[in-house]
Amino acid sequence: MKIKSTEIVDTFAEAFKMFGSRIIITAATKEWAMAAAQSITGFATSVIGCKCEAGIEKLIAADDSPDLRPGVSILLFAMDAESLGKRLMERIGQCVMTCPSTACYNGLDEGSPVTVGGQLRYFGDGYQISKVLGKNKLWRIPVMDGEFLIDDKFNVQESVGGGNLLILGKNQKATLRAASAATKAIRKLPDVILPFPNGVVRSGSKVGSRYKSLIASTNHLYCPTLRGAIEYSELDDGINSVLEIVIDGLSLAAVEAAMRVGITAAAKPGIKKISAGNYGGGLGQHHIHLHQLLASKDWSGEV
Amino acid sequence: MALKLNLHTQPDVPLEADCISPDKMQSLSKHEIEQLIIFHGNRQVPLKDFFECSGEFDGEINIDGDLSRIKHIGAAMSFGKITISGSVGIHTGAAMTGGEIIVEGDASDWLGPEMYGGKITVKGNAGHMVGSGYRGSTIGMQGGEIIVHGNVKNETGHVMRRGLIVVGGNSGDFTGVNMVAGTIIVLGEMGIRTGAGMKRGSIVCQTKSELLPTFTHSCDYQPLFLQHYFKYLKSIGLAINDSLFNGSFERWCGDSVELNRGEILLYAGK
Repeated sequence: MKIKSTEIVDTFAEAFKMFGSRIIITAATKEWAMAAAQSITGFATSVIGCKCEAGIEKLIAADDSPDLRPGVSILLFAMDAESLGKRLMERIGQCVMTCPSTACYNGLDEGSPVTVGGQLRYFGDGYQISKVLGKNKLWRIPVMDGEFLIDDKFNVQESVGGGNLLILGKNQKATLRAASAATKAIRKLPDVILPFPNGVVRSGSKVGSRYKSLIASTNHLYCPTLRGAIEYSELDDGINSVLEIVIDGLSLAAVEAAMRVGITAAAKPGIKKISAGNYGGGLGQHHIHLHQLLASKDWSGEV
Repeated sequence: MALKLNLHTQPDVPLEADCISPDKMQSLSKHEIEQLIIFHGNRQVPLKDFFECSGEFDGEINIDGDLSRIKHIGAAMSFGKITISGSVGIHTGAAMTGGEIIVEGDASDWLGPEMYGGKITVKGNAGHMVGSGYRGSTIGMQGGEIIVHGNVKNETGHVMRRGLIVVGGNSGDFTGVNMVAGTIIVLGEMGIRTGAGMKRGSIVCQTKSELLPTFTHSCDYQPLFLQHYFKYLKSIGLAINDSLFNGSFERWCGDSVELNRGEILLYAGK
């Protein structure tokens, strides 16, 4: 299968069951909301080393936000619900509560509740106040610029992590350009985030290492500098740069939609192939086949 | 189709009609509903002596007539909806745990005393002791919402512990007296001795008010949690001035004769 001159490899992305949450951060201005959003999503590229994966989903206009102030929507994922609850508490406590003028709300209507505000309230040292409006419980924690307002509970739901695309280009410049086009297109979609820097990862990994202490190591089959030095490489002649886009989403459909638009947007001159990473199919619960994605009747082919 | 009750005879003395509740009327036939016992003074009489009954109960009861001498409507109800087209007497919604009561006219004293949950909306005015505890009780309203679009009289939210009371007009004296927790919002003016003896909880008022000397000014700030309340109140049809959304409030803490953990928030302007 080809899109323009780019070959779409007949393979699949191996994605995993994760647990995800949506956090709505609001603040006095868009800039402060974004400052907190960037802080909470920092060092959250991969569960391999960061315990969670997170990214900014979208900006929220003041009229649409819970407290009529500008906001940012964050998606945060971890491997299980308990771990996700811990990450939420750590990150909201350290990155949102600390940021001037912010408030923090649960952004998922469904899922299982985990207590976050109900834990962070202890920072109030007994001066915290709870407010119940309808079914929603909020905590008011006194801080030096007034009060930090946070939902008592945040919902977490089963999600999908590790959807991915590998963009195989003739050089770094063309591959970067294609990856940027793909991330730009994917960011328009709801329910997904791209946890790596600017949405792209260059140090794709495989499971395990020749060093016992490492659980992951460089994906040597896709490293162009190793072609010729290793017995087998996935890279044909003329492929000199590979970039990966990793996609986490609140549902399999959301991840699939993101991969579709990503593939289409990345199929540019200078891109020889678009592939996907998998571990032989034995690890991930979801196998997302690239050809099936693009052959779907729901897909018009437009980005 | 909702069950319809029409008051055909005004009682000489107040009627006690706690049987007018979805909990008591569900699964009863029309005949059985007509035979439900109410108290006319100290006499037990069937409901049909005063109410004409029609329709079938489907979770909703609509009552027509001037019910200002009918007491205990919706007492202890846990689900369903009661709509009263006119005014209603005392103890309406007493100790209710769920469901909704809508009063198109006025409500008398003791509206929703010691209620645990559910919602009462009064389109007109209400009397004394809205959402209060009965005399001798240390805990009043423990949950739910009471929304009065008009004015209320004295001791609104007396010893309330949880829940929300909103007054679209003015409230009388001793608003939130001995309040334990919860939220009272008054969009008009409050009388004297607001929050006397309050332990915790929030009393919010759109206009400035003279407070007891046992309250201390903390600061002027924009309480973000009020955005949620004002947004909600606007969504249910209360007239919320847009300036409240961005305005500053004086925060007064008290009552220092008690825990001093309560707060009175008075709108201070932009």
